Amino acid sequence: MSTIQILFFFLSTLAIFSSIMVLVSKNPVHSVLWLIAVFFAISGHYILLNAQFLAIVNLIVYAGAIMVLFLFVIMLMNLNAATEPRKNWWMKLTGVVSGGCFLMVLVSLVRQATEITGKNVLMKTGDIGLIKNLGKALFSDFVVPFEISSVLFLSAMVGAVVIGKKD
Amino acid sequence: MPIQYYIYFCLTLFSIGIIGVLTRRNAIIVFMCVELMLNAVNLLLVAFSKMHHGAALAANPHTAVGIEGQLFVFFIMVVAAAEVSVGLAIIVMMYRNTHSVDINFLNRLKN
Repeated sequence: MSTIQILFFFLSTLAIFSSIMVLVSKNPVHSVLWLIAVFFAISGHYILLNAQFLAIVNLIVYAGAIMVLFLFVIMLMNLNAATEPRKNWWMKLTGVVSGGCFLMVLVSLVRQATEITGKNVLMKTGDIGLIKNLGKALFSDFVVPFEISSVLFLSAMVGAVVIGKKD
Repeated sequence: MPIQYYIYFCLTLFSIGIIGVLTRRNAIIVFMCVELMLNAVNLLLVAFSKMHHGAALAANPHTAVGIEGQLFVFFIMVVAAAEVSVGLAIIVMMYRNTHSVDINFLNRLKN
């Protein structure tokens, strides 16, 4: 078993365990902290795939900005385990069963797919994930979507201010 | 690493996100599970991009096949950041009106 495989299984186990802990934590602050652990594990996967730009952006945008926003809102509302709404157990059971059915259908679909048998993912080599190549593609072929996304950010900012202001 | 491992891992993460959306009633946790599902899809996009890049690399060592997948991940992150800002503003407004983040209070549009 090579180092790459050991790292892959370690990061996958860490991500799945942390995402389960996001669900079962009673305290919303603990859920946010476990979700940050999931994002770190996924950034480790990006580094393993040599997608360095996406690894850093994932850490900065998700684990940095978005999760701080979540923590800020949770602490602003003073949520904790005592204010957590209760739910009856058969609703939980129904949710778990339907999610498990979804997983089962998709796994059986992937097992029957013949297009991906024998295909391998290029690990730790390949330079399309470097900032230089991604930046060249972003500012030559994808410059129109890039500018449109700036308009999207402006509209989201205006929308958040309009929704969040006291009326 | 075979692509199947990545597909199974991302499907598991996505299903955990779906289970969270279905079982939790706290609106903020539901929102966090949506982020989890977005991240699973992002990782799968990068894995497929590296798969196609590795297949095309044998024919041409200077190819850039598969770079679109990583750019799509970048745009998904942009859209997710905008979505989170608006969504959290909506949750704060809902908390101000109902003094709760329980999503079962949101059924007033039903009648």
